[in-house]
Parts: sequence; C-alpha cells; structure tokens
Amino acid sequence: MLELSATDWQAIRLTLTLCFFTTVILLTIATPLAWWLASGRSALRVVVQTVVALPLVLPPTVLGFYLLVALGPRGPVGSTLEGMGLSHLAFSFEGILLASVLYSMPFAVQPLLEAFNNLGRRHVEVASSLGAGVLDRFFTVILPLCRGGFIVAATLSFAHTVGEFGVILMLGGSIPGETKVLSILIYEHTEAMNYVAAHRLSLLLLVFSFTVLFVVYSINRRFQVAKV
Amino acid sequence: MNLQIKAQLQRGDFRLDVDTRWPAQGVTALFGRSGCGKTTLLRIIAGLERVRGAQVWFGDECWQNDSQWVAVEKRRLGLVFQEASLLPHLSVTGNLLYGYKRTPSTLRRLQLPEVSAMLGLESLLSRPVDALSGGQKQRVALGRALLCSPQLLLLDEPLAALDTQTKREIMPFLSRLAQASGIPMVLITHAPDEVQRLADRVMFMCDGRVDDLCTLQQAMAKPDSPLFADEGPSSVLEGELGIADEHGARLFGPEGSQLRVQAPDDANTCTQTSTGTTRLRVLARDVSVALDDPARISIRNHLVVTIRQLHDLPGNRVLLDTFMQDGQTLLIEITPWSAQQLALAAGQRVFALIKSVALMR
Repeated sequence: MLELSATDWQAIRLTLTLCFFTTVILLTIATPLAWWLASGRSALRVVVQTVVALPLVLPPTVLGFYLLVALGPRGPVGSTLEGMGLSHLAFSFEGILLASVLYSMPFAVQPLLEAFNNLGRRHVEVASSLGAGVLDRFFTVILPLCRGGFIVAATLSFAHTVGEFGVILMLGGSIPGETKVLSILIYEHTEAMNYVAAHRLSLLLLVFSFTVLFVVYSINRRFQVAKV
Repeated sequence: MNLQIKAQLQRGDFRLDVDTRWPAQGVTALFGRSGCGKTTLLRIIAGLERVRGAQVWFGDECWQNDSQWVAVEKRRLGLVFQEASLLPHLSVTGNLLYGYKRTPSTLRRLQLPEVSAMLGLESLLSRPVDALSGGQKQRVALGRALLCSPQLLLLDEPLAALDTQTKREIMPFLSRLAQASGIPMVLITHAPDEVQRLADRVMFMCDGRVDDLCTLQQAMAKPDSPLFADEGPSSVLEGELGIADEHGARLFGPEGSQLRVQAPDDANTCTQTSTGTTRLRVLARDVSVALDDPARISIRNHLVVTIRQLHDLPGNRVLLDTFMQDGQTLLIEITPWSAQQLALAAGQRVFALIKSVALMR
C-alpha cells in the first residue's frame, strides 16, 4: 500500500534520528531544569520559565530566523565555531538538532514541572535523610514516582519534533540526508504537485500523531501526574 | 557531646535568631506554638535548609559553617515527619530497608528483626504501604529511620496528625525507642503531655528565639510553665513500676512515697523514659490535701509531702508546690478557701491524696 521512494525513506530515517537525539538531549536538560523551576525561590525562575515557554507563542520562523543569524557563518556562534576550525551550524544536522531542542523544550519541561510539583519535596527529603545521594534519589524515588511525567515529556518531545517545519525550513534548508525531514519533504512534494506522494507521508504522520496523543492522554488518565 | 546550632534567618515577617547547644543524649523537646520556628530549626539541623552563615555542630563533627557543608545523606540522621511519608512505590519492607541498604555494614547497629519487634511491625511487613492505618504508617516511618542506625533522631511532631486513640498506641513505642535505642532524639511538639511523657530536657521557643532551655524537672517547677497551658499544672513522677497484685494494682516508686497504680499496662499514663524508669503524670487538680491521714476513704494513695511554697494562680486557685519523701515534686491544686481553712503554710507536712484512678489518665 505504501510505496515509499528512497527519498521518502531517507527523510523518515532522518526524522527519526533527529527526534531520537532531540528527545534524549531534552530529557537530560529538562529534568534538572524542571526540578530547579519546581524548587527555586528566585525571581530568575520566572524569567527562565518565560524563555522556555517562548517557542509556544513565537512563530517558528522567528525562532528559525534568529537561529540562522546566530549559527550562520557571520553569527556569534557560527563565527566562533569557524574560528575554532569547526564549521558553522546553519544548514546542518547539528544545527537543526539544536533548533529542535530549543523548539520542543516547553513540551519536555512542562510535564516534568507538573510531575515534580505534584511529587513535592517530602519523599526526596526522606530519601536523602535515609542516605540516598542525588543520583540515587533520582533513580529510586523521582523516576519511579514521576514516571508518567517522564513518559509524557519524552513522547511529546518526540512527536513535536516530528511536526517541526518552520524552524527547519529557515535554518536547515532542504539538504537530503542532512536537513530534509518529513515535513519539508511533504512541502516539496506538494510544491511539485506530487499529491500522491504528499498524501502517503501526510497520512503516515497523521496516524503517528494520533497514536502518540492517544498514548499520552491514556497515560495522563492513569498516572494523573501530568496535564498537557 | 553537644548539639550546637547558631542561625539567623529573616523570611518575610518571620525572624529566626538562635544560638544554642544542648547535650546530645536522651530526648530534647523543642516546644512552642506553631510558627515559632521549631520546624525551621529542625530543618537547619538536618541540613534540609541551608541558611547562610548558620553553624551546626554535632559533637566535634561540623555539619555546617562558613566553609563546610555536609549533605543530609551524609549526616546519618533519622527523620520522622508529621505525615509518615512512606515511599508509595515500595512495600513496607522496601521502605524499612531503604536506609538500611544505604548504611555501611560496619555502621549498622540495628537489624530488621530487632526493629520490627520493637515497633510491632512483624505482621505488617508483607502489606502494601497504602493498606496501613495512620498509626501503622508512622511506626513504619520510625522503623525506617531507626534502621539507618542514625546518630541523631529528629522527630517533627510525629504524633500531631494522629487521632487520640492512635497517639495512645504509638506513645509507648516512642518511649521504648528512646530508651532502648540509646539514640539522642530531638522531638518537636506543641503538646505538653508529649513533653512530659518523653522529654529529658525542654527548649521553649517563641517568635524565632529560644526562651529557655532546661531539664524537664526545672521546666515543671515553674507554676506558670507553658507546659501547663492546656490542662493546668501537673507533676511528673519517676520511679520503678512493680508487678501487679491480685487487684491489678501495681506499686510505683520508692518506699515511703509509694503509689498504687491501677491500669497495669496503661501505656498512656506510664511511659518508659530514656533512663529506664517509669514516668507517671499526675495532674495537680487530681490531688487533694488532708491534715491527717484519713482512714475510711476510697482513695488509696496517701503520701506524706512537705509544702515548699504556695502560689496564687489566676482563676481563683491555689497551687501547692510540695515535695515527697524521696524529694520529687508534687503539685497540688486547691481552692483559696481550702488553703485558708486548713491554714496551709510553707514547711508544713500534709497528706496528699491521689485517687488511683486519676493516675490512669
């Protein structure tokens, strides 16, 4: 039924790779960040929370534009990298990976923040008084008690990255195997009036997205820890 | 060996300013109203709150000063909160052994069978945590803290969330624990009866400051002690409890000041203290005075006491501060009319009549 071309498969592989790494990086960053947001008293917390939530309201093109400027050969990050003998990040996989991490950040932070707020401090304080260090507490108390939040955060990060379009278009262009992800390919199929190919991939994404959201909401019902 | 704390903290309107030390042995009660800073102080001792400039010393171990900070998990504490806070994803045994597994085997002084027996946990071990009652949960929390073989046990109102019946059920476990484990304890409470039953020394706190730090006996020697706010003045008598006679009465205390205590195993009134003796709490209003030893009377406990002082209490009452033959203080509350009629004065020897049923409270 689904007769996908080599280009389609390449885009699917690339998209999955991008989503996988984005999710792994996001969980690593978002966990301590959300923990800090849930516990801190400083005013800085509100600033950080606002910055993290920005991608929710900004047009992706705005985020993509600033990233392009910053990561490009003349931008502060890009030129520093080139000065160190590395290449700048515009139109590269590393570039869109960084963009995806920023773009999907609120989708990882929010469910975790919610889960940590629901967990409260007490169980963690108990664990530390019983001799458990930071990592020990994370794996034996926080992770099992907030697993719903972690599952939701991971799923949403992954799914939201699959749906990324504007940022990648601005920053990544459309380099096969490097930055040409599914959403970009669908756009190109449509531009080329190849509706059949666009249909196949669109349907694929539709089914995928439905499944993911269905799973997330089922988990939410079960754990009652994270609300999206 | 002392526990020494120095801390200043301003948080909104609340100011904590404490510079104190007390011997790290027996039970020290931190007593004061809600919001007086007891819990904050306990959290500073535990290392759950890191207050800039604070100093905490346990013996010669520095837990916090300007250059040093020992994390909670390295302080080897036992912490028990108002809510049992059992880890809900673990079984009772899992909870009990959580700290035990993280205690180096050379430092383990208590084992699971011992602690389960001490706290009556044997029948609970296989149960899921959410199937336990409030009192059972609190006992598991105590056991869990004990199994870390802590060098200091911090109890933050461990009985406050429990109903009277459950409190009565836990109290003997707590006192047995203080006695049998030998671990110094800090007990936060605003209940005078918990202080009188368990504490060896009391630190009174008010508005973030330490008002007074003294032994329980000293604290109870003051007619206006905050410990008397709820139920009026009372005395705590210490002594050995004998075995029950054929009527179920047990003899308490040394010859000459001996009392008959009814309720043989009523743990609510008699509690084992950390020194191994039994404590009785006698409310001053449950004691009467007679100039002669009345023969035909239902009250069986007649003690010869000497009046040390008379105090006028607000509400038209007179408090007799007396001492028994063994030197222990017994407070008696009477009306000014009785004091006048009997012409009571300091130095006088009188008979204190204690209804044995009054001892069962």
